[in-house]
Amino acid sequence: MKTLTSQEKANTAKALLARIRELYTPGEHLRFMEVCGTHTVAIFREGIRQVLPPEIELVSGPGCPVCVTDQIYMDKALAYAKQEDVIIATFGDMLKVPGTEHSLAEAQAAGAHIHVIYSPLEILELGKQNPDKKIIFLAIGFETTIAAIAGTVKAVHLSSVRNIFFLVSHKLVPPALRVLLEQKEGQIDGFILPGHVSVIIGEEPYRYLADAYKIPACITGFEGVEILSGIVNLLEQRKTNHYQIGNQYTSVVMKTGNPVALQLIDEIYEVCDDTWRGMGVLPKSGLRLKAPYDQYDVEKVYPLTTPLPVEKPTGCQCGRVLQGLIRPDECPLFGKVCTTNHPVGACMVSVEGSCAAWYKYGRASGGLAWK
Amino acid sequence: MCLAVPAQLISINDTIGTIELTGATRDCSLLLVPEAKVGDWVLVHAGFAVQIVDEEEAKATLEAFRELEELEDAYFSGKS
Amino acid sequence: MSEKVKLVHGNGGRFSHELLETYILPHFKNEWLGVLHDGAQFPVQAGRMAFTTDSYVVTPYEFPGGNIGKLAICGTVNDLAMNGAIPQYISCALILEEGFELKQLEAILSTMEAMAAEAQVQIVTGDTKVVEKGSIDGIFINTAGIGMIPDTVDSHPKNIKPGMKVIVTGTLGDHAIAVMGTRYGLSLAASIQTDCAPLNGMIQAVLEKVGKKVAVLRDPTRGGLGTTLCELAQQSQTGILIEEEQIPVTAEVKSVCSILGYDAIYLANEGKAILIVEADVEEEVLSILHTFKYGKAATTIGTVISQNKGKVGLRTTIGGIRIIEPLGEDQVPRIC
Repeated sequence: MKTLTSQEKANTAKALLARIRELYTPGEHLRFMEVCGTHTVAIFREGIRQVLPPEIELVSGPGCPVCVTDQIYMDKALAYAKQEDVIIATFGDMLKVPGTEHSLAEAQAAGAHIHVIYSPLEILELGKQNPDKKIIFLAIGFETTIAAIAGTVKAVHLSSVRNIFFLVSHKLVPPALRVLLEQKEGQIDGFILPGHVSVIIGEEPYRYLADAYKIPACITGFEGVEILSGIVNLLEQRKTNHYQIGNQYTSVVMKTGNPVALQLIDEIYEVCDDTWRGMGVLPKSGLRLKAPYDQYDVEKVYPLTTPLPVEKPTGCQCGRVLQGLIRPDECPLFGKVCTTNHPVGACMVSVEGSCAAWYKYGRASGGLAWK
Repeated sequence: MCLAVPAQLISINDTIGTIELTGATRDCSLLLVPEAKVGDWVLVHAGFAVQIVDEEEAKATLEAFRELEELEDAYFSGKS
Repeated sequence: MSEKVKLVHGNGGRFSHELLETYILPHFKNEWLGVLHDGAQFPVQAGRMAFTTDSYVVTPYEFPGGNIGKLAICGTVNDLAMNGAIPQYISCALILEEGFELKQLEAILSTMEAMAAEAQVQIVTGDTKVVEKGSIDGIFINTAGIGMIPDTVDSHPKNIKPGMKVIVTGTLGDHAIAVMGTRYGLSLAASIQTDCAPLNGMIQAVLEKVGKKVAVLRDPTRGGLGTTLCELAQQSQTGILIEEEQIPVTAEVKSVCSILGYDAIYLANEGKAILIVEADVEEEVLSILHTFKYGKAATTIGTVISQNKGKVGLRTTIGGIRIIEPLGEDQVPRIC
């Protein structure tokens, strides 16, 4: 597949930045929020903040599935991990997330069986090779990963493997955006919408942003020039007062998303209310396995009998960071008590967490401390 | 969220395909893209193909970027 | 002899001797080791000596393009070369797991012999221990090495000054991907091999020509280019600015990184060096490196600057700056 050469990328970026300067009203402070951890990282990696006019602020929202998974989920996972006959299968992202007492990585060091996978389908082989163990897969993620895990649940159902279970904590993006716009604090002038979530759900679930809230939104890819062109689109919408769901990622995002994936998700799961770390319960923002697939829901089949640890207040402000109300470096723990080596909250642990990204790409400056 | 990469489908065996990217290959579930054919480029996430890449659209996007780049180039070379 | 290593091979008696005679000595033939004394004795010159050691515990111990033995010799030879030394003598301590296949040991020792010959070093003393099955993963190796540093050479971070150029001798990430790329179900392109190689010949050629105009040499092993440059910037209290477009990574390695979510600048290399040199010898150094098979892809990737002391910045393709920090947690495949 053809891509732009480095020189072409550099020149296109210049052109897009010129366009941004044309469209933008000097002195106006604008906050565009991205809600996708991969965008959080891409923005840092490409050094986008340095090339934008300083009054256009890019803010990270609750786009990191690890970060928005609440502490109770981690404590449940750890409680299962401690059981003798359990193998926990998980994406690498979850390894270092702290529960109330410790993380999966620490549990592993203490003898728990934790298995990192790249694809959830690997759990089928794991199940076959360990017939006397329960394989419990930590099923987290937004819609892109939900589609993959739905496919996995189906594959498990169609197989003869019967020792595989799922601990589910999926989150849906569109309901969260509404909650963010309804909050009294904070200013959001536009959304950079997640490229790969949109591959699954298409443009329609975001329609209310344009119709009800008159706020510009644009689906973009993850390269520097793609993100810049998304910002151009947001500014164009503001200038023309014509609000729509922009799509700058048409090579893989179709208007109707992926109907096969959506149908499968609908077959495997039902929507429910869910708790987002730091944001409380968001209505109709989560999923649970529905019959007959609830036979793989580990909480239904093997409910935990020991009480979970009581949540200790740590001073962690992940919730406010996730809602874009404060920058990571505005949290009193940032860089002092809470670092990537010693994370207090999930935003610092996850590679895509705002705090971790801010810390990794330039400590307290979000990468801006370069003269 | 989420990490996904375009790769080319080089073989299909029922619902499992083999994708290839610059010589690296891996099996990948085609459950979510039943219409995918050998030779298609697909977007791969966590071992699943989640969409068939629309190569016409991809080309159009590239052309749009190139046009922008040429305009900018012309603008700057005009100036100097 | 049996086909597998037994505990008794490590007890210092008849069986240890048999292992030594049958497997080790035929590959490490020289007058010092041949004496089979408790150590090697040799005359030394006046001057500065470099001394280094490393232990090798890589799993799997065989990977595309090499094995743990190759790493063990090249790693120590290269560390000496990064100090500006001419590597001479190596020690080799083997720790073998009970049950380890002697055929495997043969293959590893054979590789070590070949590498030692290429690097023109002698393995003059060593040790062999055997531990119970399950205590280690097959084989661990420790090597230590010494060599003299010519007076015309001084490789030290304190020499780094603004204006100097940062050169890397070739493509990054090849070793790490060769070793761990096949986890998680990936099959790698046949062209992906470890870059493990002895660099002393090439480095010596550069140092002989330009001497102290090379401020420092360092090889980006664990932690990769990113971590190594951070250390150099910190130790010299200068700033380092590198250009994303200039960083050499093969398309094959880039693709594996994009699938698994790895960042190539943090991947380990076992046959590459970073040279920080005075600007007026940049071209000459590059042309010398290009004449060696291990330096064909050598290129300048950046400059040392006086601002942003202790920091490393990467100028991205779109013109922004990304600040590089040392590698934190090991990279694992991610979905996000």
